[in-house]
Amino acid sequence: MAAERRLILRHIDQPGYTPDIDCYRRHGGYKTLEKALRLEAAEGPDGRRLTPQERLRQEVAVSQLRGRGGAGFPTGLKWSLVDRTSGKPIHLICNADESEPGAFKDRQILYKDPHQLLEGMILACYANEAHQAWIYIRGEFIQGARILEKALEEARRAGFLGNNILGSGYDLEIHIHRGAGAYICGEETALIESLEGRRPYPRVKPPFYPTVFGLYQCPTIVNNVETLCAVKHVIEMGGAEYAKLGSPNNTGTRIVCLSGCVRRPGYYEIETGKVTLRELIFEESFGGGLREGRRLKAVIPGGVSSRVFRAGEKVKLPSSDPSEQGAARAVDALDIPYDFTTVAAAGSMSGAGAIIVLDDTVSMVEALANIAEFFAHESCGQCVPCREGSFWISEILRRILRGEGRPQDPDELLRIARNIAGGKTVCAFGDACARPVESFVTKFEEEFRAACGARIGAPAGGE
Amino acid sequence: MREEPTDEVNAAIAEIARRYPQPRSAALMVLHFLQERFGCLTPPLIEQAAEQLGLQPVNLYELVTFYPMFRMRPAGRWHLRLCRTLSCALAGSAELHRYLCEKLGLDPSERGPQTTPDGRVTVEFVDCLARCHQAPAALCNEEEWDRVDKGKLDEFLRRLESERGDELG
Ligand SMILES: Cc1cc2nc3c(=O)[nH]c(=O)nc-3n(C[C@H](O)[C@H](O)[C@H](O)COP(=O)(O)O)c2cc1C
Ligand code: SF4
Ligand code: FES
Repeated sequence: MAAERRLILRHIDQPGYTPDIDCYRRHGGYKTLEKALRLEAAEGPDGRRLTPQERLRQEVAVSQLRGRGGAGFPTGLKWSLVDRTSGKPIHLICNADESEPGAFKDRQILYKDPHQLLEGMILACYANEAHQAWIYIRGEFIQGARILEKALEEARRAGFLGNNILGSGYDLEIHIHRGAGAYICGEETALIESLEGRRPYPRVKPPFYPTVFGLYQCPTIVNNVETLCAVKHVIEMGGAEYAKLGSPNNTGTRIVCLSGCVRRPGYYEIETGKVTLRELIFEESFGGGLREGRRLKAVIPGGVSSRVFRAGEKVKLPSSDPSEQGAARAVDALDIPYDFTTVAAAGSMSGAGAIIVLDDTVSMVEALANIAEFFAHESCGQCVPCREGSFWISEILRRILRGEGRPQDPDELLRIARNIAGGKTVCAFGDACARPVESFVTKFEEEFRAACGARIGAPAGGE
Repeated sequence: MREEPTDEVNAAIAEIARRYPQPRSAALMVLHFLQERFGCLTPPLIEQAAEQLGLQPVNLYELVTFYPMFRMRPAGRWHLRLCRTLSCALAGSAELHRYLCEKLGLDPSERGPQTTPDGRVTVEFVDCLARCHQAPAALCNEEEWDRVDKGKLDEFLRRLESERGDELG
């Protein structure tokens, strides 16, 4: 039977575990940092002499850790892209904006174990020679910001922040920056603009990624809360040990957020790729299945920005058996292991680990209308296809819900979605808002056509 | 009841600005501070803060008008943000929003912040609060409410009534 593997959440929710520094230290907190700060230069695997900082970065590279903020970008690779020759200061930002609908994992860490994040962040800053760092926390986490302020104060007093940390000669300041209710601030370049005191309009990329031109045009690392906590465990265990957890290219543990129509919604930490969607939804140790008498209708595997899976849908995956030379095999979407690679190969994504379960009482048209309203409201308005398209999609869906849908509306929704997706916009929000539309309408075509008063296959008429 | 920025307020702004390599970066945190202190962001407050940060007033106005959490008019003594997004909608948040609006004489079709005529309560139908496992989720001032239901809203409405009674009595 599949089970949780709690690494980051090890102490969270244990009776008597509190967010203060004494409790954290009683549970072994900051030991990894103390050890890391005493690390000396040594010879690397290729015979080159590595500085202590390089050795730490090496561990993260070896761990194959992938970012938990949504894109699954390898953290070691991101760190290796930092321009260390510019002479400008290197900045690090912790992305604590957590606003993807369905995601609530970072919040558990911020509210219940803030020092774990701070330890991971200080390690990441030290490894990258950053002396100034920020935690960008979403504005609605009012208590969370206060908990972090207190944690920072405690860490300063204990000598883990400030000048000459634990006598190592290393200086670091971390500050909290609160957002103010805009989803787009989670996108890393919008976040940087927001931190610079401007409207959070995402920057055009490529060519300039934050690791080269970030905050104040300085090299900048943006990492998610959970990623930075994972860094702490990578350094603690060693990269090679960490890489033994999970599955190839999907190492370590991940916190999965389960919500919607399941009996036990909640957050569960698993070895990445060692548990299937079906197990996550139905097993007693996870979601515990659906409510009495309900049947599964659909699963949104990675937040509202991901493509939906229809219950019973078969997805094609390349065979993992080398003798079959990658030949595609069809498997039930529910039977794929929950990780970055397989969910992507199945045509969707695991994103920030937000699984939303829909049962047979849910109208897919209503669900999509809800998601579309979110995107219409949250588009930053910088690009025309996204600003106008997200609004039209939402308006058409509202019209359908009022019973005024036209037979051609499903096609119209697809047409608009396709005109937003595919690199026509400044940031990935455009694709994010098109994916649910495209997947809901094609995978539940009959329901959308019925809602618009048309039969499947009937030619879409004119006005 | 318009308060003017005082020396003390200016000192607090300067203190926030000191945390950043560039004073403009302090804009959001300064606006949060002023809104918490004065209830809303009035033009004199915005303009004074802009001057202190070495910015044009428009540099702050464009933030105040973009970010949903900032407001130029006061909110009620109680600001209830109820989540409207998918997992909460599946748990019935639309019905709860309608119920509350009807009880308070507000427009259930309006998702933005709306305040009762007596200025007591502001209701807002907001996007995902990152507590989808406790749906429907709400934020009442700084208090986080889980698994909101009609009973909880009725209790809130009763609390409002008794407050009003206290003030009248
Ligand atoms: C529209 C949009 C919203 C995003 N929201 C978040 C968010 O709330 N939190 C987050 O960590 N990353 C978010 N991201 C991803 C960030 O841009 C960035 O990739 C991430 O913070 C990098 O951290 P990681 O490498 O540790 O995953 C978002 C991306 C997009 C396009
Ligand atoms: S794609 Fe949308 S959210 Fe992203 S920059 Fe363009 S308008 Fe803004
Ligand atoms: S959908 Fe309501 S808290 Fe996430």
